[in-house]
Amino acid sequence: MAETHAGPIAVTGNEAVAEAMRQINPDVVCAYPITPQTEVVQLYAQMVADGAVDTEFVTVESEHSAMSAAIGAAAGGARTMTATSSQGFALMWELLYVAASYRLPIVMTTVNRALSGPINIHCDHSDTMGGRDSGWLQIYGENHQQAYDNCLQSVRIAEHMDVRTPVMHMYDGYVISGAIGPLVILQDEKVRDFIGPFKAINPMLDVEHPVTVGPFDGLHGWYFEHKVAQNRAMDRSFKVIQDVADEFAEITGRHYGLLEPYRLDDAEIAIVVIGSTAGTTRMVVDKLRARGVKAGMVRVRVFRPFPHEAYAKALEHVKVVGVMDRADSFGAQGGPLFLEIRAALYDSDPRPQVLPFVYGLGGRDIFPDNIEQAFAVLEETARSGKRATSERRYLNLRKD
Amino acid sequence: MAAKEIRFHGRGGQGAVLAARMLASAAAAEGKHVASFPMYGFERRGMPVVAFTRFSDEPIREKTQIYTPDCLVVIDPTLLNIKTLFDGLKPDGILILNSPKEFPEPPHPSVKRAAIINATQVALCEIGRDIPNTCLIGSLARATGWVSLESVLKGLADHLDGDLLKKNIRNAERGYEEVQVISW
Repeated sequence: MAETHAGPIAVTGNEAVAEAMRQINPDVVCAYPITPQTEVVQLYAQMVADGAVDTEFVTVESEHSAMSAAIGAAAGGARTMTATSSQGFALMWELLYVAASYRLPIVMTTVNRALSGPINIHCDHSDTMGGRDSGWLQIYGENHQQAYDNCLQSVRIAEHMDVRTPVMHMYDGYVISGAIGPLVILQDEKVRDFIGPFKAINPMLDVEHPVTVGPFDGLHGWYFEHKVAQNRAMDRSFKVIQDVADEFAEITGRHYGLLEPYRLDDAEIAIVVIGSTAGTTRMVVDKLRARGVKAGMVRVRVFRPFPHEAYAKALEHVKVVGVMDRADSFGAQGGPLFLEIRAALYDSDPRPQVLPFVYGLGGRDIFPDNIEQAFAVLEETARSGKRATSERRYLNLRKD
Repeated sequence: MAAKEIRFHGRGGQGAVLAARMLASAAAAEGKHVASFPMYGFERRGMPVVAFTRFSDEPIREKTQIYTPDCLVVIDPTLLNIKTLFDGLKPDGILILNSPKEFPEPPHPSVKRAAIINATQVALCEIGRDIPNTCLIGSLARATGWVSLESVLKGLADHLDGDLLKKNIRNAERGYEEVQVISW
């Protein structure tokens, strides 16, 4: 791939992220391949072999080892990245919490894919939704450009001294990862200036200043206070995420917030959605608007920390909100995003109705018609003025 | 130009996925918005493979697979036996087919217009292997007029280089020049 391009080029989502990683040029990448992430680390391994980057590429025998090695490298004082999907993400599980609690600014690309079983390699958000309480920041992208842009911004956010917490950024498996779409690439120098040099904090390899990382803390230790400190860093990260986005906008002209409203200002009904389906939802919003329906949308960008106050403000005037989850929380009142949005709006007065929709599990396609069906439920509920049941509504579920 | 949706049918190893990408690159070379993606499954040589390309003057926001294509590209003639092959093809849709046969009757009742070429023979002659994908992209350019041959050749250069690029350029040029467009 050429180093600079004036206009957009056509690449896969995975190629876009591998290119971002090349420009970041981290000290260490520890990774294990898994569909649909494979292309990212395959391309990166090629760049290492070609001498296009200075990275130490650590090939490991599993994702458990990938995250373990990433923790070791980051604690040692290296700017560290990795990437995974689905089962690989699940296999990293216990180490996700370790990385977050050690406050290591690791950046991980996670290409969203369903979790087994039945075995399924296609897109949904079950993998990273399951990791939402691990202490990592979570940023979801919609398309190729956002996969690239979020990857670059994640480095700055993770390494900011008010945050110092690992960041995972996501995009939809196949729909984005394996699909060709447009991408505008920054010049290498601009990325280098934006990212800046890495500053290691208490690196274990600094033998003049020996430190211990991850000792046993015990019943009378500081575990509880440590966890509260992690949560405070989450609170501080809202501002950091926005500041980094604003600085990014200055060099690219592409603006990002914690969330992305679309035709929401005077909306009476609205859908909240994550990932690539936001594109299809915008189409439907435009179609409904042309018919005079006051429909709007919010795309979720930052899921952890969850900007509940921003959602309460953005949706306070909406009568009925539909929340589209591409993951389920079995036995809960609804999917993970539904629970967040409903909780965020609990203190609103008047309180918008919030209805749960589940779609796209295991890569089930989501048609504009399905999103129109969801809007029709919202419209009918708004018109009736009554409270609708908050049972899950499944989009494009087979009848037989 | 209204948005166009193309569905490619091939067999693993024939380059259906790459063909879909190369067509996207060709449209991108004309300043169009493009999207291209394969239908993923358990890929192996010889298995039926499906890939998609969309292009439009407007930004492409739809992320679904393609169910009502404007054009079908069938890279392997044995796929004509698949019952669902022509599903969703628009009434005025066009078929780009690799086949050594003559078709006095349409290969399927819903096909009214087709561009047919013995792309396997062209590929064996130009590349030395049965990789007819680039030949058919040339045929598509001729039969539809949606992209120019020049853009198709530019698109090839995004994905191939050296000797292989040269051979495929010849493959695409012959696809453009030798294809027969038939209406029923």
